[in-house]
Amino acid sequence: MLKIYNLHASVEDKAILKGLSLEVPAGEVHAIMGPNGAGKSTLGNVIAGRPDYEVTNGSVSWNGVDVLELDPAERAAAGVFLSFQYPVEIPGVPALTFVRTALNAQRRQRGEEEVTAPQFMKLVKEASKSLKMDFDMLKRPLNVGFSGGEKKRMEILQMAVLEPSLLILDETDSGLDIDALRIVSEGVNALRRADRSMLVITHYQRLLDYIKPDRVHVLAGGRIVASGGPELALQLEAEGYDKYLPTAA
Amino acid sequence: MAAVKETIDTVAELERYKYGFTSEVEQEFAPKGLSPDIVRFISEKKGEPEWMLEWRLAAYERWLAMEEPTWAAVKYAPVDYQDLYYYAAPKKKDGPKSLDEVDPELLEIYAKLGIPLKEQEVLAGVQGAPRVAVDAVFDSVSVVTTFKEELAKAGVIFMPISEALREYPDLVRQYLGSVVPVSDNYFAALNSAVFSDGSFVYVPPGVRCPMELSTYFRINASQTGQFERTLIICDKGSYVSYLEGCTAPMRDENQLHAAVVEIVALDDAEVKYSTVQNWYPGDSEGKGGIYNFVTKRADCRGDRSKVSWTQVETGSAVTWKYPSCILKGEDSSGEFYSIAITNGHQQADTGTKMIHLGKNSKSRIIAKAVSAGKSDSTYRGLVSVHPKASGVRNFTQCDSLLIGKECGSHTIPYIEAKNGSAQMEHEATTTRLSEDQLFYAQQRGLSEEEAVALLVNGFVRDVLQELPMEFAVEAQKLVAISLEGSVG
Repeated sequence: MLKIYNLHASVEDKAILKGLSLEVPAGEVHAIMGPNGAGKSTLGNVIAGRPDYEVTNGSVSWNGVDVLELDPAERAAAGVFLSFQYPVEIPGVPALTFVRTALNAQRRQRGEEEVTAPQFMKLVKEASKSLKMDFDMLKRPLNVGFSGGEKKRMEILQMAVLEPSLLILDETDSGLDIDALRIVSEGVNALRRADRSMLVITHYQRLLDYIKPDRVHVLAGGRIVASGGPELALQLEAEGYDKYLPTAA
Repeated sequence: MAAVKETIDTVAELERYKYGFTSEVEQEFAPKGLSPDIVRFISEKKGEPEWMLEWRLAAYERWLAMEEPTWAAVKYAPVDYQDLYYYAAPKKKDGPKSLDEVDPELLEIYAKLGIPLKEQEVLAGVQGAPRVAVDAVFDSVSVVTTFKEELAKAGVIFMPISEALREYPDLVRQYLGSVVPVSDNYFAALNSAVFSDGSFVYVPPGVRCPMELSTYFRINASQTGQFERTLIICDKGSYVSYLEGCTAPMRDENQLHAAVVEIVALDDAEVKYSTVQNWYPGDSEGKGGIYNFVTKRADCRGDRSKVSWTQVETGSAVTWKYPSCILKGEDSSGEFYSIAITNGHQQADTGTKMIHLGKNSKSRIIAKAVSAGKSDSTYRGLVSVHPKASGVRNFTQCDSLLIGKECGSHTIPYIEAKNGSAQMEHEATTTRLSEDQLFYAQQRGLSEEEAVALLVNGFVRDVLQELPMEFAVEAQKLVAISLEGSVG
């Protein structure tokens, strides 16, 4: 269970999150929606531990562990996975090498055996097949020259192989055409499990047609200002975010 | 938890050079300082022929008349050449016949050096050990030469150059100094006067050397200048791959290393020369460390001959090194693949020279510089095309990666084309290790140091791929070790 209480965070001394509280029970998918600049991506980055994001108050715990006390790699080993809005290119490092290095780094941190090459290949082959990815693409440097859709699929593939328990999808639908959106969503849905929690950060409702959330929260002005069921997303789609924006006094 | 302990150990290692130990093998010294008498002493110790002594003395005279070069972008305290030992040899009883006769402490040193297990087996003479011939140079004198017999079967000569001077004097005399003349530069002249040992390789016509030839250099005695001399001759249509790897123990005094490597490639011959260098770079204040002033040059004399230099330079306090190719033969080709990593207070001024004299000669330069800490790295390269050399092609790519805000990186290409048909390409990039890449890798579970190692290994991948397989793995680890403590 993810528990966020009264979270304040700033970037370069500018306060972005201003007292955000949220709970996501195990097995549930919660959507975070909101206008641009509301702090949606900041929330994902703060949970994952991005260095430039300073937490000034509040707490974040995952399955009872205070994640704010951990460095980013330790959070990853504890099950936190952030699917990036803009996945980063890593020149010279084949995707396969990257993913295997990451998996083994996590396993070492947890005191588990490293995976062998055949075990790893089996895992990756299954994941790439279900995401309809050309296996040869995984031999290329990670994300270098990949299309927007390929990069997002690569994120989901890493999710499938690394098996995190807290999945944060940051604007996963941005830059995807309708076919890619469907494939990526199916990939995400396949990862839904009773012991996993998902936080789906999105500006648009359309992603939620594919990944059905249990709860929808509206993030505006650095706080959760409204929460509801899936119907809230539809309402936002129809009415926009205007009523949640700060009005000029 | 194992991972935590590993992290603690890694941190503890940061301040301590991994190979900083001193062996207590007895040394036999020549007195300090340099004079004609010292040159005679060295020559006599080696039982050299008279012409060799004269050659050395002539080199000494030239050296006296020369001045230390100052054009490189490096700063270091002046070397007092009269305050160095020019000869130190481990005491031995008439040359060991087998490893059993070798001082056990030497073998222990190999273990400490982290010479791969496979090669320790080779050194230990284990049955069925892999076919890598190791000529180990321990403070100036080659102590063990393995696989000599098998190489002899193929007709390949691989031995200490001091031995070659006795056994194949004509061959050595014909080629020694023919690529790097005695008067080539200050350090080459010094080396010619006082070199104590090194390796000699001769591959006869049409022979493909049946194994990788490998040499471990090591500087051990305090204040001992190390002057290695290597001569590799690849006769018509032959091939050899040679690897030089180095480590040195920790010392407070700066130590001078001025080696000379000469390669001769005749018609259709191919030489692949790989170097992995991780000498002591000095401590966190920049104190101590090796001065590495090396002259390496290949003469592609023969038509269609090919020489490829691959270097992974992670050590030394100051590096001054330009492995070069003189492309005399028609259709000859030269390659230079380099990874230069500097951290702490290290300074490196390194690159290559490709001198195109032959028609349709080709060269390719891929240089990757990684600078971290307060270090400074310069790529200095010359591509020169002679007026009569038509159809020449060159491709040069220089990439620099900066880690942190206090390091420097410079690229100084010299291009001289005196023949209008030459095609030259030069590409250069400088990038900073990105915070986004670092965070991305950490988010997937890599520690900061693992992330840096992975990203840097990606940056240098094109060059690592040029190394022989077994050494590429070693080099990859070295990249990680040399960048420890470079971030955070």
